[in-house]
Amino acid sequence: MASPPARVPAERIALVDLLDRLLAGGVVVSGEITLSVADVDLVTISLRALIASVGSLGKDYAGAEPATQSGGSW
Amino acid sequence: MTGACGLWAYAITEHGGGDLSRLTGVAGGTVRTVAAGGFTVLVSDVDLAEFGEVALRRNLENLTWLEEVARAHHHVIDAAIRLFPLLPTRLATVYSSTEAMAAALGRRREELRAALRRVSGRVEWGVKAYAAPRPDTRDSQQPAPAQAAEQTGTGGAGLAYLKRRRAQLTAGERSARAALAAAQAVHAELSGRAAQARLHPPQSPQLSGNQMPMLLNTAYLLDASASDAFASAVTAAATARPELRLELTGPWPPYSFAGED
Repeated sequence: MASPPARVPAERIALVDLLDRLLAGGVVVSGEITLSVADVDLVTISLRALIASVGSLGKDYAGAEPATQSGGSW
Repeated sequence: MTGACGLWAYAITEHGGGDLSRLTGVAGGTVRTVAAGGFTVLVSDVDLAEFGEVALRRNLENLTWLEEVARAHHHVIDAAIRLFPLLPTRLATVYSSTEAMAAALGRRREELRAALRRVSGRVEWGVKAYAAPRPDTRDSQQPAPAQAAEQTGTGGAGLAYLKRRRAQLTAGERSARAALAAAQAVHAELSGRAAQARLHPPQSPQLSGNQMPMLLNTAYLLDASASDAFASAVTAAATARPELRLELTGPWPPYSFAGED
């Protein structure tokens, strides 16, 4: 059964979980260059397209072991 | 570094104690703090040939580049937040100078201070809810013999197949609805324990590498001291609702709660 989740080392955090937060989170204090909402959509769309077109890369990217990467899974 | 430099911002704080000198940031840059607009900002220099507006737009579409930058940005924030409360900045916030940064921050001083107070001493936890595979999924995906009978025109077998298929589809819809309702109930329950909650769009199976349908992708802002109780609540919810698969991630710096409410 599940135990309290351990802290996940930074290098094992699933990129997809990180991008959820980094592309849509963080405070926006407009620099001369700041990702805007439109940019985020563009990045997300191009990522999906990229992953759809490069299947093997998609596997590496998402991680071969999503359950353990995510820090706890039931 | 050759060419023009910009300042890549990681986080805003009102503290700034602690030793950051060994922290390496985006593109191998050395992280330092600068005073700007009444705050202390964690920054490193970036080459505008790679991080200027045009280059950035191009590079953000390069998955390898994006992953390196995202992990480096997170690495700095994750290390610094162990030293003092901070407000992470959006990925790819680049200023041309300290003066430009100070002006941008100064204009929003009160709002940023309020946001810092809101996240101070708090952490973010992520919960993803998937519809668990149904035990009878295997049957419903193998209607082949009945299908063959239907195609050869043997009416009785075809009709039986259609009835069975309709029953399966109805059962499938019912269980999908039940799983979604269960996910929403879990979200309501966990929200009650959190200072704030935020919904992220469900991740596509291609991005997550997980074939189960994702029903919810949520972030919760909690007092750091409430983390253990929250994790236990997620475990209990997972046990009570076998129709769901729950995944807990964190603790994260309060990325999802750094902006406006």
